[in-house]
Amino acid sequence: MMTTRTTELLVGIFIVIGSASLFMLAMQVSNLSTYTGDEGFEVEAIFTDASGLKVRSPVVMAGVTLGRVTAISFDEATFKAVVKMKIEKQYSKLPIKTSANIYTAGLLGEKYVGLLPGSVDDQCEEELLAAELEGRKPDTQGLECGPQYLAQGTTIKFTQGSLVLEKLIAQFVSQMGSGGSNKDDHKEHHE
Amino acid sequence: MRNSIENLGHKGLDFFQRLGRGNILFANILMGIPSLFLRPSLIIQQVFSVGVLSLVIILVSGLFVGMVLGLQGYNTLVKFGAEESLGVVVALSLVRELGPVVTALLFAGRAGSALTAEIGLMKATEQLSAMEMMAVDPVRRVLAPRFLAGFFSMPLLAAIFSAVGVIGGYFVGVGLLGVDEGAYWSQMQANVDYEDDILNGVIKSFVFGIVVTWIAVFEGHDAIPTSEGVSRATTRTVVHSALAVLALDFILTALMFGES
Repeated sequence: MMTTRTTELLVGIFIVIGSASLFMLAMQVSNLSTYTGDEGFEVEAIFTDASGLKVRSPVVMAGVTLGRVTAISFDEATFKAVVKMKIEKQYSKLPIKTSANIYTAGLLGEKYVGLLPGSVDDQCEEELLAAELEGRKPDTQGLECGPQYLAQGTTIKFTQGSLVLEKLIAQFVSQMGSGGSNKDDHKEHHE
Repeated sequence: MRNSIENLGHKGLDFFQRLGRGNILFANILMGIPSLFLRPSLIIQQVFSVGVLSLVIILVSGLFVGMVLGLQGYNTLVKFGAEESLGVVVALSLVRELGPVVTALLFAGRAGSALTAEIGLMKATEQLSAMEMMAVDPVRRVLAPRFLAGFFSMPLLAAIFSAVGVIGGYFVGVGLLGVDEGAYWSQMQANVDYEDDILNGVIKSFVFGIVVTWIAVFEGHDAIPTSEGVSRATTRTVVHSALAVLALDFILTALMFGES
């Protein structure tokens, strides 16, 4: 029989190893180290086709993950997909004209939302420029001044949905078909 | 004809009686747990014999299971040119299924059988009755610390098993077969979710820990106090634990990973 002290020591080591394994699983194996919490703002984008996109799919700009998709729903009025995504708090200066596209990572990879930055939109500045050109007094009333950024509740206006392989093939085939018939028409015309 | 139906009825009644005794014992153990925290040395002693002594078999089998997963996963994935996702295959199968399940099976064989044999022998040599004579409740003094130790040790052992398995897969995949090291870890991190995969695996191992130790402790306490009875009870512990773990694993998997 071992002394109580040795037993306690070994049990302590056992608990340390066990906790260390749990910690390693959490940090090294899973995505906890990249988990950023719930802070951030939610923006919305409306796609004609959001096939393949899932909740928790990454939202990426320039290859850097800025946030995640939080909800995908269907709008019965427009028959389009409404994708809600949460962008991390520190990326608060995305221009309002940013466009959203659904891309595929790799050949068989997962779908993700790719954001492309647009020009910084400042309605005041535009009005001032226009007034200067036209030689009239600028009228900034009712216009929002300063650069506008994506914020809580903004809807991204410029979107392009998923490219579905079948659709692409169908388009390609129909183009081939019409192209071929056109050629034939052309020949007949010449003769 | 009549005899066989009688026999069936007898077996059915027997089954339900055992189930009832098991549940009463479980409730008694749970009620005995709070007073245990006044004497932590009892728990530590049992964590030693249940957890620490199972450490070697868990470490070795975890390493080998991970290495086999690495080899098999690589052979299949390389056909699709997807050997970069080896890390995902190894980590997900270990964390979700093999870690908790294989650990529970090994735990039943290594620690559960020992618990049953120990308690059964205590009963056969009338140590439990002697405790009762001295107004010491054997459920609180003997069974509850063992149950609690199993409950604590099993998730730790399962976590060690999964972690060692991932490292074993890394040795084979990256060291032996030449999968890219960065891809191994980054694909793993991108596809293993903390809540959905790791936490659910831990919940599984807690459930298996409860079930295996409960069966082990109950079989020991319920054993016929002869040498044959103890040996039968030990066998039953291993068989019933394995069946319970596998059946529960199906139910838990269906509940946790069924949808989506």
